[in-house]
Amino acid sequence: MIGFDTSLIEWSRAQFALTAMFHWLFVPLTLGITFLIAIMETLYVRTGNPEWKRITKFWMTIFGINFAIGVATGIILEFEFGTNWSNYSWFVGDIFGAPLAVEGIMAFFMESTFIAIMFFGWNKVSKGFHLTSTWLTAIGANLSALWILVANAWMQNPVGMQFNPDTARNEMVSFWEVLFSPTAINKFLHTVTSSYMLAAIVVIGISSWFLMKKRDILFAKRSIVVASAFGLLFAVITITTGDSSAREMAKVQPVKFAAMENHYHGQAFAPLVAFGAMTPDADTAKKQNFIFKFEIPSMLSYMAFASPSAYVPGIYDFTYGNQEHGIPSFTERMEKGKLAIQSLASYKEAQKNGNDSLAQATLSVFRDNYQHFGYGYANAPEDFIPPVKLTFYSFRIMVFLGGFFLLLFIYFFWMGIKNKLEGKRWLYITAIFSIPLVYLTSQAGWIVAEVGRQPWVIQDLMPTMAAVSKIEASSVQITFWLFAITFTALLIAELKIMFGQIRKGPQNEGGH
Amino acid sequence: MRRFLKNAFYLYYDGFRSMTLGKRLWLIIAIKLFIMFAVLKLFFFKDYLKTNYKTNEQRSEYVLDRLTGKQ
Repeated sequence: MIGFDTSLIEWSRAQFALTAMFHWLFVPLTLGITFLIAIMETLYVRTGNPEWKRITKFWMTIFGINFAIGVATGIILEFEFGTNWSNYSWFVGDIFGAPLAVEGIMAFFMESTFIAIMFFGWNKVSKGFHLTSTWLTAIGANLSALWILVANAWMQNPVGMQFNPDTARNEMVSFWEVLFSPTAINKFLHTVTSSYMLAAIVVIGISSWFLMKKRDILFAKRSIVVASAFGLLFAVITITTGDSSAREMAKVQPVKFAAMENHYHGQAFAPLVAFGAMTPDADTAKKQNFIFKFEIPSMLSYMAFASPSAYVPGIYDFTYGNQEHGIPSFTERMEKGKLAIQSLASYKEAQKNGNDSLAQATLSVFRDNYQHFGYGYANAPEDFIPPVKLTFYSFRIMVFLGGFFLLLFIYFFWMGIKNKLEGKRWLYITAIFSIPLVYLTSQAGWIVAEVGRQPWVIQDLMPTMAAVSKIEASSVQITFWLFAITFTALLIAELKIMFGQIRKGPQNEGGH
Repeated sequence: MRRFLKNAFYLYYDGFRSMTLGKRLWLIIAIKLFIMFAVLKLFFFKDYLKTNYKTNEQRSEYVLDRLTGKQ
C-alpha cells in the first residue's frame, strides 16, 4: 500500500467536517427564508395591507443577520481544497471547478444586485420591481446551491468525465451528464426542499415565541399560516425526493445504503429496521449487531428496488463477494485497483522511455481497470466499510424528526386557518424547541450523505487517504482550532444579534 | 444611462447611510473577511501545488507520482 499519514488524514477530515457543518448552519435558512419573504411580500403587493410589509421586513432582517454571519464561510472550504486536499483538487480538474465558477459568478451578481435592492430599495423603486428583486434573490440563492450540489453529487456518482493519464486530471466530456445525473437531481431537490422545511420551522418557532409573550399577535399568526403551508408542501416533496435519493443510492452507492440500514447479510424480502439500538461494539465487530430492533417486513427491498421480493445486498456481500448475485468482493476490486495504479505508473515510465507500444498496452490495461482505481489504495477489504453506527443513527434522526415536523406543519396549518392558535403554551414550547431540532436534522442529513460514503472522496476512484496533500498534520491541527474559536465567536455573535432583533419585534418603518 | 447610474449610486449610498443594524453586520463581515484573507489565506492556506510547483506539467507529474506511490 502507498504510505499516507493517518493523523494528517484524520485532522484534515475533521477540519473539513467542522467547516462544512458550520457553513451548513447558515445555508438552509437562507435558501428557505428568501422564498418565504418573497411570498409574504407578494401578499403585501397583492393586498396593499401594510401589516404584510411589516411582516416581510421583520423576516428580511432575520435573513440579513443569518446571511451576514454565514456569507463567505464557504470560501474557507475552497482554501482547504487547495491546501489540504491538493491531490483531490488536481484529480477532479474542471469538473469541480466549472460548477463552482458558475456558482461564484452567479452568487456575486445576484447577491450584490438584488439583495441591495431588497434591503435598500423600499420606497426607492416601484413595488413591482422590489418584489421582482426579492424573488430573484430567492431564486439566485437556490441556483447557487444547485452548482455546489452538482459538484457534490459528482463526487458521489462520477459521470460525464474521462481520466487523462497524461495530466492526472478528470476531464469533462458531457456537462449535461454531470448536471442531470439522477444523483445530482435528487441531491439538489432533497437538499433544497429540506432547507425550506428548516426555514418554515424557524419562522413558526420564532412566531410561537411572540404568541407565548402575547405580542404582535397578528404578525405571528400570519407568519405561522404562511410558514406552515410552505413547510407542509415541501415536507411532502422532501419525503418523495428522500425516497428517490435512497433508491438511487441503492443503485450507485450500495455500500452506503447497506451501512445506513446496518444491513450486513443480503436477502430477498429484506425488512427495514424502523428503529433499533446497536451494541457498543457494532462498528468494530463488523457484523450486524442490534440490542433490539423493530422491523417492517420487506420494506427495505421495496425502498431500494420498488419490489418487496427484491434481493438487497448487504455489507458482507460487497466485502467478501457474492457469486450467486454477481457481486465482486472488495478483495477482487482491490486487485484490479492495484493493477490500474501499476499500469498508470508503467504507462508514464514507458512514455518517458519513448516506448510507444508498451505505453499503449499499459494504457489499455489502465482504462480497463480505471473503475476500480481507488480500491488499489487499501490494505484490507474491511477498509471500505463506512462508519455504520453513525450513518445508521443519523439516518433515523433525520427521518423521525422529519416526520415529526410534517405533523407539526399539519397541526399549525390547521390551527392557523381555524384561527385557534392562541393560548396553546405547550404548542409554542414544542415549536420553539423544534428550532434546534430542525438544525440537528439538517446536519444529520449531511452526516448520512458524507460519512456514509467514506472512505470515498470520489466514489470508487479516490479514497480520502489518497486525496490529501503532503503537509504537516500539526499545521492542520492549528487551523482546526483557529476555526473552532472563530466559528464559535461568529455563532455567539449571530445568536446575540438575532435574539436582540427578535426581542425588538417587527417595526413599522425604518431601514434594516 | 447617466440617470440610471446616478440612481443606482444613490440607492447604495442612501442605503448604507440609513443602515441601523446593517452597520454592525457589515463590521462583522469586514472582520471576518480580514481574518479569512489577510490571516488564514496568507499564512495558513497557501495553495500547495501552486506554491511548490511552477508549471502544470510539474504539478501533473507530482500528483501522478503521489497517486502511483513514487512520493
